[in-house]
Amino acid sequence: MKKLINAPEGVVKDALAGIAAAHSDLVTVHYDPDYIVRADAPVKGKVGIISGGGSGHEPMHGGFVGRGMLDAACPGAVFTSPVPDQMLAATKAVDGGAGVLHIVKNYTGDVMNFEMAAELAAAEGLDVAAVVTNDDVAVENSTWTAGRRGVGVTVLLEKMVGAAAEAGANLAECKRIAEKVNAQGRSMGMALTACTVPHAGKPGFELGDDEMEVGIGIHGEPGRRKEKLTTAANITEMLAGPILDDLPFQRGDTVLAFVNGMGGTPQIELYVMYNELAKLLADRGITIGRNLIGSYITSLEMAGCSFTLVKLDDELTKLWDAPVLTPALRWGA
Amino acid sequence: MRITVEHVIKFVEGVAARIKEHRDELVQLDSPIGDSDHGVNMDRGFTTVLDKLPTVADKDIGTILKTVGMTLVSTVGGASGPLYGTAFIRAGMALTDRYELTPAEVVVALEAALEGIQARGKAQRGEKTMIDAIGPGVDVLKEAQANGEEFMSAMRRSVAAVEEGMKSTIPMLATKGRASYLGQRSIGHQDPGATSSFYIAQVMLETVEGIHE
Repeated sequence: MKKLINAPEGVVKDALAGIAAAHSDLVTVHYDPDYIVRADAPVKGKVGIISGGGSGHEPMHGGFVGRGMLDAACPGAVFTSPVPDQMLAATKAVDGGAGVLHIVKNYTGDVMNFEMAAELAAAEGLDVAAVVTNDDVAVENSTWTAGRRGVGVTVLLEKMVGAAAEAGANLAECKRIAEKVNAQGRSMGMALTACTVPHAGKPGFELGDDEMEVGIGIHGEPGRRKEKLTTAANITEMLAGPILDDLPFQRGDTVLAFVNGMGGTPQIELYVMYNELAKLLADRGITIGRNLIGSYITSLEMAGCSFTLVKLDDELTKLWDAPVLTPALRWGA
Repeated sequence: MRITVEHVIKFVEGVAARIKEHRDELVQLDSPIGDSDHGVNMDRGFTTVLDKLPTVADKDIGTILKTVGMTLVSTVGGASGPLYGTAFIRAGMALTDRYELTPAEVVVALEAALEGIQARGKAQRGEKTMIDAIGPGVDVLKEAQANGEEFMSAMRRSVAAVEEGMKSTIPMLATKGRASYLGQRSIGHQDPGATSSFYIAQVMLETVEGIHE
């Protein structure tokens, strides 16, 4: 294992200290329990938006804390859900009197820990609502699994709901928008390489030189199937096909197209994939209204990519275009 | 047989040591079907539990177990934190203000722990989870109690049932937790949560055997 770390146990804390050192104008880092919070929290009268999950997916979620997006993010150990103490402390820290929305990715651990935090917060008289993202079409049979995983849609949803909260939407309205983005979004990913969790020291799965893993999640876990490596054009069809069929996206739709790198993918390859995706969508009569290209929801050093498409309307387009000022996403502000 | 506060403390310390001993094995079991963190998370949780134990060593057994549970919830993370945490909290709630336990009370507490895990995780038997190990173990104890079987022999049969239950997860198709995303590929691997449950059961048996001798 080759990594730029001091010790496997210290990775999360050392990175948090780095975020604090780099972005003290935007965020404050709180330790024990660990959470990253907007420097000006709580914002009076605004719904607080919180997310969290295992570390190793940077810049998600800590990189999205700031004006127009998240009020706080709770980082767990690498690929491990944070604990309820973190979400409870963060919820209190961002409560500006208008309630707090928890954005939870659908993984067994995340859901249980956020549920426990919400129970504790409610017991203390806080107004908390939650939305669970589950956009991964690679999970074919949700009846026989823990359900579809929350992946790329989470990033887009955090941006849009953050904009709504910033504009004064109430808790019910924020929840409605979050559910709408999740309902209109679908994702699928693939890996060229596995990744190594620092304390595990070994890759989560093995891939031959000519193999790829299709239908991966974001935790270095194996996907649905191994395939022989093929061209960017073919891989685009493998990923975009199931996404388009699932919603389904239709001729005449306008979408936000998100081409995401898994952490170890050069930007040049993401543009190759974006080009293929743009051609494929044009062939299907689907317009790309907005796009996002880059590594925003990652699996450590894994090479590979995921596609996320969200069907846009005026409301969501306006929320996407609204100003945002966070360590990892910033425009218009 | 009387089970005292000291025995309970010894049991918790024993679990912490056993988990540490099998930390890497639990990580390895979690690699092919999970995310390679089970051993590390459990070890982190029980190491913190060891730090907290002295602060409650003079309290009743219910308080001790609830403290263990709340510490696990606060430190383990993942799914195991809420599941094992809830198990210890529920067992503790069943033993409020007790400084000594009868075997019957141990069975009541284990039943409460199992119900807590099921309520939190919403898993049924046969889904390749810790329930598949713990469930059969609790069954044996309840049935043995109904038949008036001696506790020591019931515990031995119970832990054997937990071990068998753990092994029964190998051919199972996972339908809960992260392993479920692998579909058919989850078959052939022993569930890490069922394995840590077996180690905890093993320490429980050893603790009871220690009292007996």
